[in-house]
Amino acid sequence: MLRSTLKAFAILGGLLAIAPAPARAAGEAIAIPDTRFSFDGIFGTYDRASAQRGFQVYKEVCSACHSMRLLSYRNLRELGLTEQQVAAIAAQFTVTDGPNDEGQMFERSGRPSDRFRRPFPNQQAARAANNGAYPVDLSVITKARLGGADYIFALLTGYQDPPAGVTMMDGMNYNRYFPGHQIAMAAPLNPDQVEYADGTPATVEQMARDVTTFLAWAAEPELEQRRAMGVKVILFLTILGGLAYAVKRKVWADVH
Amino acid sequence: MAIGLHNSDFKNPVVRWIDQRMPIFTMMQKEYGTFPTPRNFNYFWNFGALAMVNLMIMIATGIFLAMHYTPHTAYAFDSVERIMRDVNFGWLIRYVHMNGASMFFIVVFIHIWRGMYYGSYKAPRELLWMLGVVIFLLMMATAFMGYVLPWGQMSFWGATVITNLFSAFPVVGDWIVALLWGGFSVDNPTLNRFFSLHYLMPFVIVGVVFLHVVALHITGSNNPLGVEPKGPQDTLPFHPYYTAKDSFGLVIYFIVFASLVFFVPNMLGHPDNYIPADPLVTPAHIVPEWYFLPFYAILRAVPDKLGGVLLMFGSIAVLFVLPWLDSSPVRSMRFRPIARISFLLWTVCFFVLMYCGAMPAEEPYVTVSRIATAYYFAYFLVILPLLGRLERPLPLPESIARAVLGGGPLPAGAAAKPMEKA
Repeated sequence: MLRSTLKAFAILGGLLAIAPAPARAAGEAIAIPDTRFSFDGIFGTYDRASAQRGFQVYKEVCSACHSMRLLSYRNLRELGLTEQQVAAIAAQFTVTDGPNDEGQMFERSGRPSDRFRRPFPNQQAARAANNGAYPVDLSVITKARLGGADYIFALLTGYQDPPAGVTMMDGMNYNRYFPGHQIAMAAPLNPDQVEYADGTPATVEQMARDVTTFLAWAAEPELEQRRAMGVKVILFLTILGGLAYAVKRKVWADVH
Repeated sequence: MAIGLHNSDFKNPVVRWIDQRMPIFTMMQKEYGTFPTPRNFNYFWNFGALAMVNLMIMIATGIFLAMHYTPHTAYAFDSVERIMRDVNFGWLIRYVHMNGASMFFIVVFIHIWRGMYYGSYKAPRELLWMLGVVIFLLMMATAFMGYVLPWGQMSFWGATVITNLFSAFPVVGDWIVALLWGGFSVDNPTLNRFFSLHYLMPFVIVGVVFLHVVALHITGSNNPLGVEPKGPQDTLPFHPYYTAKDSFGLVIYFIVFASLVFFVPNMLGHPDNYIPADPLVTPAHIVPEWYFLPFYAILRAVPDKLGGVLLMFGSIAVLFVLPWLDSSPVRSMRFRPIARISFLLWTVCFFVLMYCGAMPAEEPYVTVSRIATAYYFAYFLVILPLLGRLERPLPLPESIARAVLGGGPLPAGAAAKPMEKA
């Protein structure tokens, strides 16, 4: 019985081990370095200060080209901002609303319930302004790339001069971790590009780490609740499993 | 049978009143209480019950997802993300549904594997087995259409590749494809009909599962020895013995399920499906969900499109005739030394195909898939038919009780233990 149970688990393990294989198939194999983040592991949580700084980086740097259309300003409350702070951030933006009673569209200042303002009205406008390249939406970017947050961090810090012998296409930039190494986005982060309110030195690595934390939160805002619930569920099931096994043993005691 | 009230054994007056007029309590007692079940099941026999539970979980979570999902190409992706962000516990419902599909295939693969290893498909259980293959096919269709619904890149391109396969059929091919698409490419009508069918199919599965269980309760279960029970000393009442054993298995299953849902919910998915579908951008590698990979590898192993499609469908269709391909009267592989090794090798081939299906269609994967595909079919079409005649099986035990208890005296009352009333 034990042997067959072990066999069953071996098969299950085999299935689970082989299963992520499709992910491995995509793209040419470039090893993405493993970066330590506050949200790594089973008990990891988002470093709120880092995520808030990351939002600043997104707002002052990335949002010039990249939308985050699935997020609303109200979501920033989850990063520890107060209602007033969120309202103040939203109010910095002008939003087109309407039609009003006269059938006219009108402009008003943003509210917490508004979605993040998009830099371009549509994909064509975005391409036209960016040499034909489309700056992707960043709402779920860490879920949408192989390697997740590690890849985003590696990409943001992976700019360098092209190695000897590599001919770059017009307007492209060399990046160690981008598939094919030629990326349309110029190195977005330069030292001291933003000024952090908390005095953290704005190195490229620091900004990349902060914005990656912010983007990881944006993609999986449920992560902390999910893991906390998961720990409780697994603990409960482990105890229940012990009880179920004891009951099974007791029931079967007279026939074995 | 005479017309009139059923002669009920139940004491509770309400239960008795109902049971006399509609004997569902008597039926439940007979089919799930005292139902004589071979006493020697191992944990592989949990997986039927697990599949049933999994089906219920999929239907329950699916109904709640459908309340919030919008089947339109412009809104589908965002409505799924809205479920993840703004619906109370929407992330939980969606991740359970998404990983539930993977769990369902893990459970059903093991269930089918068990049937093949212990010869559960052999007479008199051929129809039971064939109904199971029908369920498997319906599951595959349901899973495929479900994966299209979030309208990510893999949804769109997976749907394009798989629906295009039907165009390989001569004469009717293009007509079938147009019917699947509801137009001339994968577009909004496709998404709409897939959503409709994805909601319908699980209930068809419930229907066939019912028939599967009816057939099971006529022939009774097979067991690891593959020897039919010869009397009450060989069986135990289903309750409490197997309800207790299934409960333990169920908790283990839930632990694996919960580990996926709560800690690595996207491990079995493809990152590209978090990119909204774009008909103008083809992903570098289009790969189906992991549970389709072995069949996808068989498809790609054949250089001819129609040949590949036929072989892929054939890899499932061959299961329908498995009871007649295996000519050996001995069920359990425990007593078939050569068949056992041949089948374990087949299992290895299945995993090899799964791996190759995930890899790009280039060497050495193509050659490896061809060899594995050849063996996959050779096992069914050559090895099993021949082994029935050539193989010398080991001596079978006289009875289950003798094999399990070593021929000693039977514990008093074990088999005929009176059941607690529900």
